[in-house]
Amino acid sequence: MTATTPALTDRVRDVLGSTSLDDASLRRWLHGLPGVDEVGAHGRAAMLGTRSIKTTSKAWALDLAVSMVDLTTLEGADSFGTVRSLCAKARVPDSDDPACPKVAAVCVYNDLVPVAVEALAGSGVKIAAVTTAFPSGRASLPVKLADTRDAVQAGADEIDMVIDRGAFLSGRYLKVFEEIVAVREVCDEAVALHGRRAHLKVILETGELSTYDNVRRASWLAMLAGGDFIKTSTGKVSPAATLPVTLVMLEAVRDWAALTGEIIGVKPAGGIRTAKDAIKHLVLVHETAGERWLDPDLFRFGASSLLNDLLLQRRRMRTGVYASADRLTLAT
Amino acid sequence: MAARLDVRKTYKLYVGGKFPRSESGRSYEVTDAKGRFVANAAMASRKDARDAVLAARAAFAGWSGATAYNRGQVLYRVAEVMEGRHAQFAEEVARAEGLTAAKARAVVDAAIDRWVWYAGWTDKVAQVAGAANPVAGPYFNLSVPEPTGVVAVLAPQASSLLGLVSVVAPVVAGGSTCVVLASERRPLPAVVLGEVLATSDVPGGVVNLLTGVTAESAPWLASHEDVDALDLAGAAPLPGEDPTVDWGALEAAAAATLTRVVRPAGTGASGEPDGAVEPDWTVLPDGPRRVLAFMETKTVWHPKGR
Repeated sequence: MTATTPALTDRVRDVLGSTSLDDASLRRWLHGLPGVDEVGAHGRAAMLGTRSIKTTSKAWALDLAVSMVDLTTLEGADSFGTVRSLCAKARVPDSDDPACPKVAAVCVYNDLVPVAVEALAGSGVKIAAVTTAFPSGRASLPVKLADTRDAVQAGADEIDMVIDRGAFLSGRYLKVFEEIVAVREVCDEAVALHGRRAHLKVILETGELSTYDNVRRASWLAMLAGGDFIKTSTGKVSPAATLPVTLVMLEAVRDWAALTGEIIGVKPAGGIRTAKDAIKHLVLVHETAGERWLDPDLFRFGASSLLNDLLLQRRRMRTGVYASADRLTLAT
Repeated sequence: MAARLDVRKTYKLYVGGKFPRSESGRSYEVTDAKGRFVANAAMASRKDARDAVLAARAAFAGWSGATAYNRGQVLYRVAEVMEGRHAQFAEEVARAEGLTAAKARAVVDAAIDRWVWYAGWTDKVAQVAGAANPVAGPYFNLSVPEPTGVVAVLAPQASSLLGLVSVVAPVVAGGSTCVVLASERRPLPAVVLGEVLATSDVPGGVVNLLTGVTAESAPWLASHEDVDALDLAGAAPLPGEDPTVDWGALEAAAAATLTRVVRPAGTGASGEPDGAVEPDWTVLPDGPRRVLAFMETKTVWHPKGR
């Protein structure tokens, strides 16, 4: 299977400057991308992390961050009950404060999508499902597609797929590309079923990609193949989302927008636990990709414990006293 | 031989088992009893207090979950390490409180003995304060004291070591964890105690020591929702000085977040608002009152029968 739609074929030709689509042409293109200055990326991320966001700006940033959370539970021990309570939390994050925004989405394994669909009906909170043999991605393509189709048919609004890191690291870029294209086609099947596409987030698992150059290449490859979002990590590998990795990915979506006009989202996931970390990421978004990306449709946090820390900070700002996690639901 | 350069000590905070500087970067001058400069100490900010509460909360599960016997052993170990630093404590106490060397040594002796005394209470307090209650039914009915949680302690202003030990040891002996505001003007013995705790077997975060302005940090701890109890011993001013800490306001702030409060001496239920005085800490307590002040009674019913 190769790029099947004429539009995709055209885009590949335009971006790659080549009529052939194979490992060699993808390799030429990806390895032609400028290298990432690692020291510079660390320095810039650290410098932006020192920005002081206070008072009204902080209140705004906290609300925005809450509305960007993909509230996630991806444990082997997940049950109907844990997913339902997570969905209740997603609808009403802070029961003491009706002004608190809802989170963007709930992220679960695909067999639990029907539970989430029922629990979130009418709330506006989206349902994201991790598929394609998450988190390792070690399964054959038909299995990955069936996994995805299952989630799409059950009503998932968003699909979080993992790339085949083994193929990527050994230079089989076409395999990675074709898998993303194939999963994207399954996402499009949602139009017939539910009247809307399922958005596709492509997990790069940056903790396994070794270098920032690889992060940049994987980002571009995922965008070329039609991902709506690029996501750092599964949360199962350490290091997960770090500021420099997010910086490199934000640069990629900014440059992709300049090249093609397409606006792609970014989702750091895993390891972001405090409101302070979240606000550092928002500063990074604003200073790298731009204000356009300060939008839950274009930037998400994949997290579970982050939400409660954000809510504690909101309570602190509202009441003037330091808050206790005992007053919140689902203390994690 | 060339003259050595001075190796001066940086007196820092003790939070979560580490020795950070204040997040605010501030420090203040500490003088001896005659007003001569001794050292700069870190001046904790409200964010240091917040971080200390987080550390104390994180340490609570492990410390309160340890067996009482084990806590006793760990606390006895603290006394052993204090003994090894006897001379250093005596020097700091003599400087801070203006005592002769002999008197300072006696204070350190008393402080170490007090620590051992409280260490002994860890596995005995439940026998003294617990009970098998007679009830009208086929049930065992048992009451046991349980640690309350995170305790904010305003350490005594005058007695910089014996007073400090007399308020900190009972909290940790009962299984709670604490955030301690050291004596504002005499903070250095508390910093040394932090070094002792760090090199004993006390888990990081069980005791967190902050130096700085008591009246500045105390309100943030009193109003903190995650602080379960507040010891106001340090609201009493140094002898002959006006109070700088409004213990009544602190108690009111604590009440708003359902925090248990231990009032300073001299302020009974009908006490004068500014009557706080520092008690004579050399007097051996007549029982584990201060341990039980930071414990809650849990009562369980269990059916009898086969």
